[in-house]
Amino acid sequence: MTLYLVDGAHRATEAPDRPVLDIRGLTKVYGQGEATVHALRGVSLSIAAGDYVAIMGSSGSGKSTLMNILGCLDVPSAGTYRLDGVDVSRLDDARLALVRNRRIGFVFQSFNLIPRTSAVANVELPLAYAGVKPAERRRRALAALDMVGLAGRADHEPNQLSGGQQQRVAVARALVTEPALILADEPTGNLDSRSTEEVLAILDQLHAAGRTIVMITHETDVAARARRLVTLFDGRITTDVRQGGAR
Amino acid sequence: MSLLEILRFAGRGVTTNKLRSALTMLGILIGVAAVILLVAVGNGSAQAVNRSIEALGTNTITVSSTARGATTPSALTVDIAQSLRDSALAPDVRAVSPVVSTAPTMTHAGTEHPVAQFLGTYPTYFGSSNSPLAAGAAFTDQDVAQSRRVVVLGRTVATELFADTDPVGQQVTVGGALFTVVGVLAEKSSASGFSDPDDLAVAPLTAVQQALTGYGPVNSILVEATGPDRVDAAQQQVTQILNQRLRLPAGTTATGRGGGGGAGAAPYRIQNAAQLLATRTETAQTFTVLLGTVAGISLLVGGIGITNIMLVTVTERTREIGIRKALGAPRRTILTQFLAEATMLSVLGGGLGVAAALIGSRFTIVGVQPVIVPSSVALALGVSVAIGLFFGSVPASRAAGLRPIDALRYE
Ligand SMILES: Nc1ncnc2c1ncn2[C@@H]1O[C@H](COP(=O)(O)OP(=O)(O)OP(=O)(O)O)[C@@H](O)[C@H]1O
Ligand SMILES: [Mg+2]
Repeated sequence: MTLYLVDGAHRATEAPDRPVLDIRGLTKVYGQGEATVHALRGVSLSIAAGDYVAIMGSSGSGKSTLMNILGCLDVPSAGTYRLDGVDVSRLDDARLALVRNRRIGFVFQSFNLIPRTSAVANVELPLAYAGVKPAERRRRALAALDMVGLAGRADHEPNQLSGGQQQRVAVARALVTEPALILADEPTGNLDSRSTEEVLAILDQLHAAGRTIVMITHETDVAARARRLVTLFDGRITTDVRQGGAR
Repeated sequence: MSLLEILRFAGRGVTTNKLRSALTMLGILIGVAAVILLVAVGNGSAQAVNRSIEALGTNTITVSSTARGATTPSALTVDIAQSLRDSALAPDVRAVSPVVSTAPTMTHAGTEHPVAQFLGTYPTYFGSSNSPLAAGAAFTDQDVAQSRRVVVLGRTVATELFADTDPVGQQVTVGGALFTVVGVLAEKSSASGFSDPDDLAVAPLTAVQQALTGYGPVNSILVEATGPDRVDAAQQQVTQILNQRLRLPAGTTATGRGGGGGAGAAPYRIQNAAQLLATRTETAQTFTVLLGTVAGISLLVGGIGITNIMLVTVTERTREIGIRKALGAPRRTILTQFLAEATMLSVLGGGLGVAAALIGSRFTIVGVQPVIVPSSVALALGVSVAIGLFFGSVPASRAAGLRPIDALRYE
């Protein structure tokens, strides 16, 4: 797959400890005047290739805001964001689309599946934009759904699925392109303990395969699976610790 | 992503939102069909009017009485009609046919038919009014001189009374008198809109007067000029003779629209075919404009319907566009998809509208055979497709320009 070739080329030319994600003095301000909200107040963070990072923090501390910027879905008010050493603010729309499609797998806090469209068609979508042929696309989408335990629900539309099932379809959609960077905004937020364990097992597998993972969570036992724990409070990083990981 | 794939996505978008697609297409369909059909009806009635006037002959002048009382001295009589046949005073008049008109019920073997026009006139009427015979022969001057009860039937009367049998030689009863059918007129036109020109019967003037109307004044005089370019001259000559005969002051005019009341107005009205054509065409045009306006309004309403549906779905579609962008769809791919969706809907709806109009135009509507105006097809199709494309693609292009997160949060 082309993705690995590109990855390989990058690794060959870069220093091994060169960060995949590198943000400096990132701020994000919403609204104007009275209604101004400082969601991020200067966040600097560097994440190395293959790392597994959990982000925690109380509600409204700016976790999703940070994640959206990391996923190239939003732009910061100030500060720089380098992805693989490239300043993202310099990329045009077409290149950004390419980055989102090939480099990043994003799991939304609110699923964001396309309504009235079957689970398998939702999962196929990133592959379609990557130019994968329909037959191959369907095969990989079904494999991804199988991985999250939803092979039997492939033809169900989002409104026929439970919250947890929708969440897992969203995870499958993020995984299907086998991206090097996985950004998951509370991927286990709506799941029971068994499904949570399944999703975490998948993330562990991906981590073992060398992918970089950044995951937001509210649960300490979920965060414990990661190798690094970053805590946000009121738009600032308060703690940033390495940890062993549960396994 | 290949164009074919994008089109497949667009097709899926159309079929996924079935109700929205159906309503959009319905709006376009109704707008297009209404415009094409209503304009066709207007056009059809205008053409029918033209045909019926052309059938009257283009170098004829009709003198009709405007006097109320039937026996007032100013009324037109057979005498006056004969005085118009004057090679010295009226060299441009070729033929003169006084006409009495009534609307009796005709019967044959128990079948009744209330004929619209039963005319009593001279044989010259057939030539002047451009009414050739399809079967049998016209009556002759001799028939007129001898008040023979013979009659020539129009197509409609012949079909009503005799169905498939040959009427020539048969007898019909008109107001208690027996008339022998000697001929049948050729069909003038299939459907003329306002009145059926084939619903008439023509008999010798004297016979009709004797049997039906009495020897009073005539209803009108049909004057034939020697040529289409001599119509104006003939009209002047006829006016002069009439004014003299009716002892009206010289210079009294009685052309088409002046024949109402007022000082110096003549007790008769004189109109040539060109004037008749102009008046009726004007009426028909007004009719077409009226119908066109109604059609335009229905197109507008259809357009507003489409716009409404499109705007209602903008929120949902904007979120969808946000998702697609987040998954790595380039802006151009999204635009192409949504433009293709809008094109499919409006072209399909417009095509069905044209088809509906074409089917509808094969039936007569309120007695008019619609005649499609090609430019109305182009206009209706153009406008509705433009509306569909505009409201289908503008919100999409706006949404595709947003950052994914802004599109996702759109409400
Ligand atoms: N589009 C927006 N406009 C204005 N304010 C916003 C917007 N998005 C987020 N905020 C504000 O920014 C702050 C951070 O929001 P964010 O969604 O990043 O929180 P979070 O840490 O993800 O919270 P949660 O755990 O509840 O998901 C909040 O105070 C929120 O009200
Ligand atoms: Mg959040």
